[in-house]
Amino acid sequence: MIELTDVYFSYPEGEFSLRVPQLCIEDGETVAVIGPSGSGKTTLLHLITGIATPQTGKVVTHGVEVSGLDDPGRRDFRVRRLGLVFQEFELLEYLSVLDNILLPYRIHPGLRLERTVRDRAAELAAGMGIGDWLGRYPRSLSQGERQRVAVCRALVTGPRLLLADEPTGNLDPANKDRVLDLLFEVAEAEEATLLVVTHDHDLLGRFGRVIDFRDFHFWEQAA
Amino acid sequence: MKGPLYLAWRYLAYHRLKTAILIVSITLIVFLPMGLDVLVDQSADELAARAAATPLLVGAPGSPLELTLSSLYFESDTPETLAYGQVARLTETGLAQAIPLYVRFRARGHPIVGTVLEYFELRQLRFASGRAMALLGECVLGAGAAESLGVAPGDTVISSPESVFDLAGVYPLEMRVAGVLERSHTADDLAVFVDLKTAWIIEGLGHGHQDLTAPEAASAVLARDGETLTANASVVHYNRINSDNADSFHFHGDLSQYPITAIVAVPRSRKSGVLLMGRYQDPDELDQIVRPSQVMDDLLGTVFTVQSFVVAAVLVVAVATVGAVALVFLLSLRLRRREIETMVKIGASRGSVAQVLISEVAVVLSAAAALAGGLTLLTSRFGAAAIRTFILS
Repeated sequence: MIELTDVYFSYPEGEFSLRVPQLCIEDGETVAVIGPSGSGKTTLLHLITGIATPQTGKVVTHGVEVSGLDDPGRRDFRVRRLGLVFQEFELLEYLSVLDNILLPYRIHPGLRLERTVRDRAAELAAGMGIGDWLGRYPRSLSQGERQRVAVCRALVTGPRLLLADEPTGNLDPANKDRVLDLLFEVAEAEEATLLVVTHDHDLLGRFGRVIDFRDFHFWEQAA
Repeated sequence: MKGPLYLAWRYLAYHRLKTAILIVSITLIVFLPMGLDVLVDQSADELAARAAATPLLVGAPGSPLELTLSSLYFESDTPETLAYGQVARLTETGLAQAIPLYVRFRARGHPIVGTVLEYFELRQLRFASGRAMALLGECVLGAGAAESLGVAPGDTVISSPESVFDLAGVYPLEMRVAGVLERSHTADDLAVFVDLKTAWIIEGLGHGHQDLTAPEAASAVLARDGETLTANASVVHYNRINSDNADSFHFHGDLSQYPITAIVAVPRSRKSGVLLMGRYQDPDELDQIVRPSQVMDDLLGTVFTVQSFVVAAVLVVAVATVGAVALVFLLSLRLRRREIETMVKIGASRGSVAQVLISEVAVVLSAAAALAGGLTLLTSRFGAAAIRTFILS
């Protein structure tokens, strides 16, 4: 469960602030976060993941008070418990598909890259139809294929919370559906909570819940 | 492989051209001053050692450096010659042993050194096979020359014409190899040693031809004046000396006026050396005497000065290169900002990211250092001979 209570956050520049009195997302929920640019969607994601820490209030994710962790604790929480999918996929061009999937294990000293992890990465890739391309580099992949690599990378640590920041932003309609299908499938298969930031109102019907940041006021609406 | 090092390795391998350029640039900047230093030090040692083993040199007036290089390394342009009679004159002083040298001709690129047997004692040269030259037309080869020419005792070596246009000049002489010297790692290794008279025969000052008193040579005789015969060009000249024709070889004129390029003077004592030096300081003295160690010191002084200028220039280039490399690295950081942010968002610490970047720099620097070290080792192994050839040619 994700729980935000009396959270207030503002950037040092002071031009933007976000206030969330109360937000609770149950395990296994599929949630869309919508709103205009600059309304705080990504900031909410950063608060939940511990990339940003609130000035006041409490963020508890899967029983861990993220807002109370120190910097190494938040990094450790992020890499072990969360799966992140970025808008531009953010694959490293100089790493093969397999190495991109295994990136969390390369950059975090607390994770051990064992044979079982490699096997899991290969299984994930095979499950998403990119099992034969583990040795290829991102530049030789299509948009959809890259997205699948990014999803595999998010899932390789076995997270219970999958967060995607505008994963369909740069995709054509066919690929949008494909990517969302993929996210819903893996969230269901992994019994993970899915939280997706999006601008695309056409997709909202697929989510169990929508958090709307319209007019810079945080409010929820049933999907 | 640890995560950061692996990521660094993958980055460098993926951008292999950029990596190679960086490594080569840094290698050159590190190697140039180091290699130059090794090169100059080794060359200085070698040049100084050879010079120190040659006490004094007497030669015709001219460049002391040319005289020294010709006499020690047989590679310089032929210096002005002095008369062979000067050997006797020097010996008569009783101050020094005189060893004449005549270095002018070559055999397939190897210098032919006309000298006497005492030269081998002076240089402490030992025979690997065969013996010293004993007969006219025999030669002794340094180990390198024998290897290069592919000859052994019993084989023959032919002297080369001084130029391809020298049609009417010196006839090539076929010389029999009497012995091959052990390797000494000096200029002697590449030389072809002959007796002085053999060298003069190569020059044409002595020669052998068919007996003009024999009936078969009658048609070649143009005039007869007592014992003096004048013959035409059909007379057969020998370009090989063997037991059948050795007696026909003879020299015209006064041998004491025959040319040599230098006399190695080995003083009987330190005092004798000083006295000998004094005699050649006489304003009426036509020849010069030089102390090779002093000449080489002067040469090395010039080399060291040039070296310091080169090192200074390399250091300036090094500073510029380091600046350029740093700029490339900083620009690369800017280009990789999103990649770094991604790693941090996923869970990398700033320290882990720094480890990746530092590992990249460390791998490049290590590869450059290893390459520079290897090149310096190669330089120390092969460089001295190369620079000696460069300086002397």
